[in-house]
Amino acid sequence: MNAHLQPTGSAYFIAKETQVAESHTLSVLVDNEPGVLARVIGLFSGRGYNIESLTVSETEHESHLSRITIVTRGTPSVLEQIKSQLERIVPVHRVVDLTVRAKTMGQERPIEREVALVKVTGSGEMRAETLRLADAFHAKVVDATVDHFIFEITGKSSKVDQFVAVMKPLGLSEVCRTGIAAMNRGPQGM
Amino acid sequence: MSGTENQMTGAEIVLQALKDNGVEHIFGYPGGAVLPIYDEIFQQDDIEHILVRHEQGAGHMAEGYARSTGKVGVMLVTSGPGATNAVTPLQDALMDSIPLVCLTGQVPTTLIGSDAFQECDTVGITRPCTKHNWLVKDVNDLARIIHEAFRVAQSGRPGPVVVDIPKDVQFATGTYTPPSAAPAQKSYQPKVSGDARAIEAAVSLMKGARRPIIYSGGGVVNSGPEASRLLRELVEITGFPITSTLMGLGAYPASGKNWLGMLGMHGSYEANMAMHDCDVMVCIGARFDDRITGRLNAFSPNSKKIHIDIDPSSINKNVRVDVPILGDVGNVLEDMVRLWRAGAKDYDKAVQGDWWTSIAKWRARNSFAYKHSDDVIMPQYAIQRLYELTKDRDTYITTEVGQHQMWAAQFFGFEQPNRWMTSGGLGTMGYGFPAAIGVQVAHRDSLVIDIAGDASIQMCIQEMSCAVQYNLPVKIFILNNQYMGMVRQWQQLLHGNRLSNSYTEAMPDFVKLAEAYGGVGIACDKPGDLDGAIQEMIDVKRPVIFDCRVANLANCFPMIPSGKAHNEMLLPDEATDEAVANAIDAKGRQLV
Repeated sequence: MNAHLQPTGSAYFIAKETQVAESHTLSVLVDNEPGVLARVIGLFSGRGYNIESLTVSETEHESHLSRITIVTRGTPSVLEQIKSQLERIVPVHRVVDLTVRAKTMGQERPIEREVALVKVTGSGEMRAETLRLADAFHAKVVDATVDHFIFEITGKSSKVDQFVAVMKPLGLSEVCRTGIAAMNRGPQGM
Repeated sequence: MSGTENQMTGAEIVLQALKDNGVEHIFGYPGGAVLPIYDEIFQQDDIEHILVRHEQGAGHMAEGYARSTGKVGVMLVTSGPGATNAVTPLQDALMDSIPLVCLTGQVPTTLIGSDAFQECDTVGITRPCTKHNWLVKDVNDLARIIHEAFRVAQSGRPGPVVVDIPKDVQFATGTYTPPSAAPAQKSYQPKVSGDARAIEAAVSLMKGARRPIIYSGGGVVNSGPEASRLLRELVEITGFPITSTLMGLGAYPASGKNWLGMLGMHGSYEANMAMHDCDVMVCIGARFDDRITGRLNAFSPNSKKIHIDIDPSSINKNVRVDVPILGDVGNVLEDMVRLWRAGAKDYDKAVQGDWWTSIAKWRARNSFAYKHSDDVIMPQYAIQRLYELTKDRDTYITTEVGQHQMWAAQFFGFEQPNRWMTSGGLGTMGYGFPAAIGVQVAHRDSLVIDIAGDASIQMCIQEMSCAVQYNLPVKIFILNNQYMGMVRQWQQLLHGNRLSNSYTEAMPDFVKLAEAYGGVGIACDKPGDLDGAIQEMIDVKRPVIFDCRVANLANCFPMIPSGKAHNEMLLPDEATDEAVANAIDAKGRQLV
């Protein structure tokens, strides 16, 4: 059938997405050189990928290696494409999809932890309630005056979310979260 | 490797590193931040510098040089505007996988970040349009980085790289490290040999095919002449039909008996129908671009797909394939040919009999047909005559972007790789003329022709001055229809024939323009005069602008309107004014 008999279209074809998006955690081992983080972030913004969380720090000082942990959201084919695109960056050594690897080992997810500092201000009865709840969450007091606490809490993002939520009515004034650090279970290295 | 014998200034290191990487020509434009390097260029004779008239021209020249020789193209520009003008050719080279080393000057390290005169964040601006880039902050890193730049540019999937060199680093003295002693970055080690099991799986799939097709691309040309030879051998021993992308033309000869012509939006009917109906597709060094596939969910619906590519991110990007083979096309083809030959006794090409009958029927549709005229030159006719009059010569063709580019691809027969330079991925108007100059620099005695449009040629016309300065007898063959023809064609298809800004009201007199630059101008508007005029153009050993006045309203067919499948082509004999106007409905028009 020829085109003019069934006319639809445009200068580009705009496809409908049928796959379901999933959230995955990627570990990226890179040379610690200037601009490497910009290359990774530029790839995500330039190609329209999502970043839900990103952490980066040098892991092996002598070999100048840094580890970037990215939580991203996309359909399985987009996630596969993200991994290949990251591998193409010259200073990238390895890219591991920790979520995929966890699944192949029969686990739900890799170990994912986040640290948050949470400042809560207030006085009177509320302070006792604040401390009691913090204790229940295993949050540590790292600074305090008669008017405030700063708590350090470590755990899954959902636990941090929950802690922040319960602190809200108790005088939450400031939150700083690190983003996710992640690793697969078991003896095998990355 | 110590002592004083290897002590040099940064500028000396640049020249020494270029020589040690086999560079003979560089294309560039001086400026404040690269003066020390230009001073070194002045004091040596090993490397010839070609002075361009705009940095974009330098980039496209380096691309044409690289594409026609298989070597790395080198450009040298100053900081700030020099670097930003290089962005278009860098992105062009990135999309078409052309190895390019771009050296940029930068303000002194102490001034970086101070908004100094002619400062820009070159590595920041060029990060997304290069394969990799470097800012050199220490003169002792300079040699290693330049060597690494050449390695990255030409290995794996080739591409452009930028080395940004601050002016104080050019003046500073440091140690020169030769290429053999320079450490390579460990994280970048592209895989060239294909997985043996994947290749076996591919060959067994190919053996079982009843309706096979080979779809090859620019990767075959990039892989080198041996890859093209192996591709021809594979076609010969398998008897498979073969089509190619725009970038891959010439890898398999247009005169070859299994050749179906180019595929895609303006490809041949037989190539697109065969892609749609095949049962096994062998994609070799191509990337399933949207101009190739048409509507993705209707792309070759019933085939098993094999994909050979050196870039892992090209695999399963647009189209899911059944047998991915990661590796250099040349290496993989060598294994594939050997494996096929080993089991060739059991294979009977007769199983493809019905398939070739179908192909013959599609071919008979004669999808490139056009109505000849004795009064006006049809653009297709102009390309055909140009081809006939140049095919027995040592000819290289470049193009700009638009209708003329598609007609050149359809009607000019390419017999060898590296003879066809065009901007495929980025579609850069203004590419063809500087690219032709770059080709001519590498092949001084060859016939180099830029097939151009009247709009595209004006985007880098200033390089006439460069061609005249270096006695580069490049021929510009303009198919002049006074329109941005492809823009007009889409306005006819999508926008109710409202020709918004696609007509050029004030066209220069191209003959006088050529003469003003010191070149030769030729004009022709009669089909009967065309052969003589083309011959005159060939015979002149100076830069020529050939103003070929063609039928103004001719359009480029066949065509797969976007969002259509391969078997929904608009064929020339069905493309009446009414059919063109109604090819895309109101809903489609809203999409882009």
